[in-house]
Amino acid sequence: MTALFIIIIVLFAAVAIWQMVKIFDLAQVRTETINNGIATDYDNKINGYLMLAFLAFIYIITIISFVYWGDLPLMSNAASEHGAEVDNLMLISMIVIFTVQIITQFLLHYFAFKYRGEKGKKALYFADHNTLEAVWTIIPVIVLAGLIIYGLFTWNSIMNIDEDADPMVVELYAQQFAWTARYAGQDNVLGMANVRLIDIDKANVLGIDEADPNAEDDIIVKELHLPVGKPVLFEIRSQDVLHSAYMPHFRAQMNCVPGMITKFAFTPTLTTKEMRETPEMIAKVENINNIRAEKSKELMAKGEEELDPYEFHFLLLCNKICGKSHYNMQMNIIVETQEEFDAWIAEQKTFKESLK
Amino acid sequence: MSTHAVDIHAHDDGHGHHHKETFVTKYIFSQDHKMIAKQYLITGTLMGIIGVMMSLMFRIQIAWPEEPNILFEALLGKWAPGGVMDADIYLALVTIHGTIMVFFVLTAGLSGTFSNLLIPYQIGARDMASGFINMLSYWIFFVSCVLMLISLFLEAGPAAAGWTIYPPLSALPMAQGGSGMGMTLWLISMAIFIAQSLLGSLNYIVTVINMRTKGMSMTRLPLTVWAFFVTAIIGVVSFPVLLSAALLLIMDRSFGTSFFLSDIFIQGEVLHYQGGSPVLFEHLFWFLGHPEVYIVILPAMGIVSEIMATNSRKPIFGYRAMVASILAIAFLSTIVWGHHMFVSGMNPFLGSVFTFTTLLIAIPSAVKAFNWITTIWKGNLQMNPAMLFAIGFVSTFITGGLTGIIVGDSALDINVHDTYFVIAHFHLVMGISAIYGMFAGIYHWYPKMFGRMMNKNLGYIHFWITAISAYGVFFPMHFIGMAGLPRRYYTNSAFPLFDDLTDVNIVITVFALIGGAIQLVYLYNFFVSIFYGKKATQNPWRATTLEWTTPVKHIHGNWPGEIPHVYRWAYDYSKPGHDVDFVPQNVPLKEGEEELQH
Ligand code: HEM
Ligand SMILES: [Cu+2]
Ligand SMILES: [Cu+2]
Repeated sequence: MTALFIIIIVLFAAVAIWQMVKIFDLAQVRTETINNGIATDYDNKINGYLMLAFLAFIYIITIISFVYWGDLPLMSNAASEHGAEVDNLMLISMIVIFTVQIITQFLLHYFAFKYRGEKGKKALYFADHNTLEAVWTIIPVIVLAGLIIYGLFTWNSIMNIDEDADPMVVELYAQQFAWTARYAGQDNVLGMANVRLIDIDKANVLGIDEADPNAEDDIIVKELHLPVGKPVLFEIRSQDVLHSAYMPHFRAQMNCVPGMITKFAFTPTLTTKEMRETPEMIAKVENINNIRAEKSKELMAKGEEELDPYEFHFLLLCNKICGKSHYNMQMNIIVETQEEFDAWIAEQKTFKESLK
Repeated sequence: MSTHAVDIHAHDDGHGHHHKETFVTKYIFSQDHKMIAKQYLITGTLMGIIGVMMSLMFRIQIAWPEEPNILFEALLGKWAPGGVMDADIYLALVTIHGTIMVFFVLTAGLSGTFSNLLIPYQIGARDMASGFINMLSYWIFFVSCVLMLISLFLEAGPAAAGWTIYPPLSALPMAQGGSGMGMTLWLISMAIFIAQSLLGSLNYIVTVINMRTKGMSMTRLPLTVWAFFVTAIIGVVSFPVLLSAALLLIMDRSFGTSFFLSDIFIQGEVLHYQGGSPVLFEHLFWFLGHPEVYIVILPAMGIVSEIMATNSRKPIFGYRAMVASILAIAFLSTIVWGHHMFVSGMNPFLGSVFTFTTLLIAIPSAVKAFNWITTIWKGNLQMNPAMLFAIGFVSTFITGGLTGIIVGDSALDINVHDTYFVIAHFHLVMGISAIYGMFAGIYHWYPKMFGRMMNKNLGYIHFWITAISAYGVFFPMHFIGMAGLPRRYYTNSAFPLFDDLTDVNIVITVFALIGGAIQLVYLYNFFVSIFYGKKATQNPWRATTLEWTTPVKHIHGNWPGEIPHVYRWAYDYSKPGHDVDFVPQNVPLKEGEEELQH
């Protein structure tokens, strides 16, 4: 089916091109010039107008992109404290970018149209103008300085982990192609670990030092639960290759590097339930479910199973190429109230209990 | 033909001049810069065709995952059982696509073609400083292409760790099929490629420094030559670092060292590696990797500057600023590599430093963009296909460059790093832009290379459809990235969260297919015009630079008589006081005429 579709597209394109060549050729006959490969006044005119049309095309595709694909909740609803700051910086940068984009593209394409060549016209011999050049050196300097300063403040406040805020310590452990999380337990200190200590027979899959007293109350889980409003400090490890812990809703990402512990901290501000109830998310989920319903129909027609309806979850994705199933290395993140979290964690086995 | 050239020219090869050239010395083991340029161009084109076909295949996979496709079955064979693409081969295609496009097409294909063609021509030299080394570098390039292509047919598949080949994935054969023999071939091919690049670069540098004709001072050099010259310097500074990274990786893979590896447990066993760091590899890789994007883009910038001035019938605006910004970009490009590593686990303070240097590099880039726009202002624009591609270059360079403000800003990069936002950014600013620069150069210097003209109407169609599809493919990609879709995902159907991106992905792929198909028009035009194009005149674009003072038919040594002397800069277009709207560089100043103090 698809292949047929592609072949049809290619055929159509070929016919369209052929016709366009003919049109260009016919046009040339009228202007009584031979096609010697050099642009004539007529070519200049046509292409000048096409430049204007192309300018319109750029504007239109910009608008279409924003209208159809630009309102994705990921751009707005950050679910972490620093996320709002990041989004604000993003918004400011976007405004700068689109202002500059609209103006410079206009100048470029409009000049290309306005100054299209004509026989007998002479261009202006204009080779240098120090003031002008100074102006467009200094303006970017000022704008960029502003963005750099704002950006660096944001970066520093994200990356400099505030130990005084008493963050909950959680280990994220990556392997081909799954995530595991380890809570530090009552003492909030993770037991020492190294992949050399992995002992599959004893179910010590993370290589935790069984002799370390701090390890005893650690809790190993396959689903990440976080209490809302409480800072959490991730200590990130990998057992085999590079992975990257990417939690887009929290504007959080850090690589997982074998042989090294990397860190990232944030404070969730919305519970999963609250996030599901935001109007943007309701609309997004509805849209996704419509798409899934369509797909299900197709699948059922083929005699396959239909898709489950989609329910929103915060996600941890792998965002560094790590092999065959890189595209499917995920873990759900559940943000809940402190009470719900406490109840959940009380049910989990500690490392000591889980050892065989 | 003068045999008493004043310059240092390799005469001892018994080649050309009064000796008869055989087919082999003329077309295969040629030491003539013009022929070597054509060899680079043709080889680069063939590699480009392969690279683009790969991108179309994986785009089809993204748009219609799971759907069987006879195309895949035919082209991928066992990698697409029943016509459904395998996840391993997806990563391999992405990897080889990236490698081929960046290194083989846009480094060797672009620099190799135009540096070879234009440096001797435009500085007034009879050939490169060493014709023999020049020939050698092409053939080494050829060998590296062959090795890369051979790797496609390996049992376990070609390298599949991404074009950045980060270890440990690339170091451990048990981590991924492609990390076995495929990665070995990749590394050897790249090591050879780097040798080629260094030989070529040294040759370009020596030629520009030593062999300029009388009067061709550095301040009279066309911007093309400036760009090629500085590009060669960046290459010499940064490519050896990639070579060392590749060699260390080979040691880790084959000789048990632990430069990049430590504490690894994979497939049920602990490996012996201890004490190395993958982050070290990232530093080494990007110390080349970032300058590499300028190695790709600077020659395109030089070509575009030249073509814009010629076709605007106007001097390039701000020659001095253009040269200064090339130098500034070259310098800054060596101290920004860390912007690829904000979330690699390196010290956050370094992140701050690299954000600062990265946003600094936006300044010379902005100056260049404004200077190009001012160059066409009040011009008399000749809309030749080359000019269209030059304008297109400025357009995509601006669009892609602006989003650099986002990916270069560490705080924002946290969220878009390694997503499709980055794919959109770098394809526009370096991929598409450099390809446009290359097309512009080909349309412009085709008459010089082949003595014939390309068909301009096919050129127009090629440009407009390419331009539309380029935006159609890469503009919406920003939004997929902002929605959080990671790059190098074989399919996004594992995440219902991304189901609403199905439509965009189809739109993108359809544009990509159109864009790919239209390149056939270009290829047709290119190859057919070699034999059937209209015969070119000596100076079809009425340009000022020296290459257009040579005869249409190629001769060994370029000029039949003496090498012309140079009396002025390369941009005397529409100069007041002259009847014609261009004054070639070899025309002496008139009585009382002032040379512009630039
Ligand atoms: C026909 C035009 C092209 C299309 C449709 C295209 C498409 C793509 C896409 C969709 C990806 C991301 C795949 C993924 O992450 O899963 C990609 C990767 C890449 N492309 Fe292109 N591309 C094109 C031309 C180019 C050009 C001209 C360059 C030259 C710089 C280039 C260089 C790269 C590189 C370096 C990567 C990254 C490979 C990696 O992730 O290891 N591409 N391309
Ligand atoms: Cu992964
Ligand atoms: Cu870079």
